[in-house]
Amino acid sequence: MGMRKVAIVGAGITKFVRRAQETGKELSWQASKMALDSCELTLDDVDMVTMGTAPDAFDGVHMKGEYLADGAGGIGKPYMRHFVGGGTGVFSPIHGWFHVASGMADICLVVAEEKMSSCHPHPQGAFLTIFDHTTEQPLMPTLIWIFALEMNRYMETYGISKADIARVSVKNKHNAMDHPAAQIPQEITVEDVLNSETLCWPVNRLDISPASDGAAAIVLASERVARRITDKPVWIDGIGFSIDTAYWATRDLAYPRYVETAARMAYDMAGIKEPHKEIHIAEPYDPFDYKELHHMEGLQLCKRGEAARLTADGVTARDGNMPICPSGGALGVGNPIAATGLMKIIEIFLQLRGEAGKRQVPGDPRCGLAQAWGDLMQMGTVVVMRK
Amino acid sequence: MKLEDYELGGINIKSSDFKKGKVLTTEWEPNLKYAWDNGVAIGRYLAGLKEGRIIARICYQCKRIMLPPRMFCELCFRPTDEWMEVKDTGTINTFSIAQVNWDASRRGKDEPPLLPAVIEIDGASPGMGIMHMLGEVEPDQIKVGMKVRAVWKPREERTGAITDILYFKPLRAPAKKAGARKKTKSKNAAPARGKR
Amino acid sequence: MAITEKINNTTVPTFWEGEIPVRYVYTYGLAGEKFFRAVKDKGTFLGTRCEDCDITFVPPKIYCDRCFNKLDKYIDVGITGYVETFTITFHNMDGSEKKVPRVLAMIRIGDTDGGIIHYLDESIDYEQIAIGMPVKAVLKPKGQRKGSIEDIVGFKAV
Ligand SMILES: [Zn+2]
Ligand SMILES: [Zn+2]
Repeated sequence: MGMRKVAIVGAGITKFVRRAQETGKELSWQASKMALDSCELTLDDVDMVTMGTAPDAFDGVHMKGEYLADGAGGIGKPYMRHFVGGGTGVFSPIHGWFHVASGMADICLVVAEEKMSSCHPHPQGAFLTIFDHTTEQPLMPTLIWIFALEMNRYMETYGISKADIARVSVKNKHNAMDHPAAQIPQEITVEDVLNSETLCWPVNRLDISPASDGAAAIVLASERVARRITDKPVWIDGIGFSIDTAYWATRDLAYPRYVETAARMAYDMAGIKEPHKEIHIAEPYDPFDYKELHHMEGLQLCKRGEAARLTADGVTARDGNMPICPSGGALGVGNPIAATGLMKIIEIFLQLRGEAGKRQVPGDPRCGLAQAWGDLMQMGTVVVMRK
Repeated sequence: MKLEDYELGGINIKSSDFKKGKVLTTEWEPNLKYAWDNGVAIGRYLAGLKEGRIIARICYQCKRIMLPPRMFCELCFRPTDEWMEVKDTGTINTFSIAQVNWDASRRGKDEPPLLPAVIEIDGASPGMGIMHMLGEVEPDQIKVGMKVRAVWKPREERTGAITDILYFKPLRAPAKKAGARKKTKSKNAAPARGKR
Repeated sequence: MAITEKINNTTVPTFWEGEIPVRYVYTYGLAGEKFFRAVKDKGTFLGTRCEDCDITFVPPKIYCDRCFNKLDKYIDVGITGYVETFTITFHNMDGSEKKVPRVLAMIRIGDTDGGIIHYLDESIDYEQIAIGMPVKAVLKPKGQRKGSIEDIVGFKAV
């Protein structure tokens, strides 16, 4: 297609915390600086910068992309913000990929930031306004409703229990024990999840990822430059993104069609025919535990309704046949929306390089995937990576 | 590289830290108010609700009868063709039993849970659901697939709003106790919202 | 069963009113915390300096946005400076006329590259204001300072 190969060559991240003292700019700089240091580059080497950050209403800064620019190294450079709600973090490398694959940049710094703690009394209040202002907002919805409604429909369609779903939370919070940036690593049981506070049945408190502050960054390089920078480049071999209708109540709530469409785009590009065999390790978006299962099915990593059984059988554990969210995911590491997706990209990057420390999955994984999803539960973003 | 080899940024502070002034902060309340134009389709939809009717819109090309109504078909990418009244009954596609308010604050001890649901409206194309509330039903009796009917506000109280339908109640279920949506003033007053 | 009645009111513009019900509590960040602590406790301004780029940032930053150096040495830059540029406002936010016009200025602090946007003291005759005019910050009495931009009452002519 006349596009250049693009590699990830460096990565940086801050701790994910409930309320950071740093400003969003400072968090962005901490992650960006670490990413450049990790591959021994300086800001001078960077041709272009992209910034992924979700609603302005979280940070309480309008034109947040512009506000964050100097912390992200964007001053005096071509700089662009992207935003697709919760799907933003995995869209970040896609956005950067376009810059490098097109030949416009040899090195692109990709940054993602979120500071949700500024928003009071709770970031959920800002979510009210993503619902239709005339036909839905007057019912005073919270975003948790939409997840509860989807989770219930998913359980009903496939006969899955709350306990089946709770295993995802147990697994991810356990995996996060080994992640240096993790906000809520925990050793808990299925009973703990089921006995935690019911927020919106069937969603309990421990089914949900926390609100978080944090930033992450990666460095993308063209093939020629990447090989000079590192002997362990990780290639972006497939990208996919797709959006479904904002009339969310008219969608099939038991199946994320937008994830399937995005995944098929990425698989076609990467030449993947049998994803469940060819993808060795995956980081689907898990802001709620059932979403990991939902997304595994949309990603064609298993048949519809089968993801819960794979989880129960330990297939998705870090030492299982198909490790899912070995980082600890949004449920364990935390969920500063845009930064979460990029954290997942970084996890696959480190896993494929064999640099994930205590989190390293066995068996020398060669092909991995990260996925996020967002807006009004309608946007799928997928990146396939190989070493 | 290994994450473990770096000193990561991100200093976690407690809310007590800034309440006690250990960490300096500044506050801002945007105070933004909006008037969202209803447009043709939603304008007609709201006018219908005031009359106690649910109005959909048809696309002749894909034959979908769409709710909420829209003047364009997002699949065929052409103008829709005709208004159509659908029923005020439907089927529960999914539901939740919510113990939290819009701002994530918890329902009070004396407040019943909120019962949001997606309801597929009879007469619209299959799968055409709207979000609304359930009422006059015990939470543990609600089932996916249950048939429900709209309970309307008295005619003189309707304003042309989605809330002209108070909630949907089961068509047949044994309504043990009415008043699942007993009016209790929430301590978290909802922000002003209204139609003009 | 399509509706056959004539729809003749669909173009009457109707709208729905609402608001975004949020408020914000912002932390000042690592550099901002140092800056406003110094204003509150010491009555002075701090900056940070990047030797490589020969830039002094006021208010301070923890990084240089040109070269990405980490900046962690805070220097006292004092509270005097000069008017870099200014504007005179004659109206209030609601459009009504101000009794006394207010002058909003960008003050370059000392010989730094940074500056502070603030009001000039009302006692200054606005017709006498010129770019380059030396000014000094007027701070609230120490006991009344909270660590915010409002600790600075304004800038007065030196
Ligand atoms: Zn159509
Ligand atoms: Zn510098």
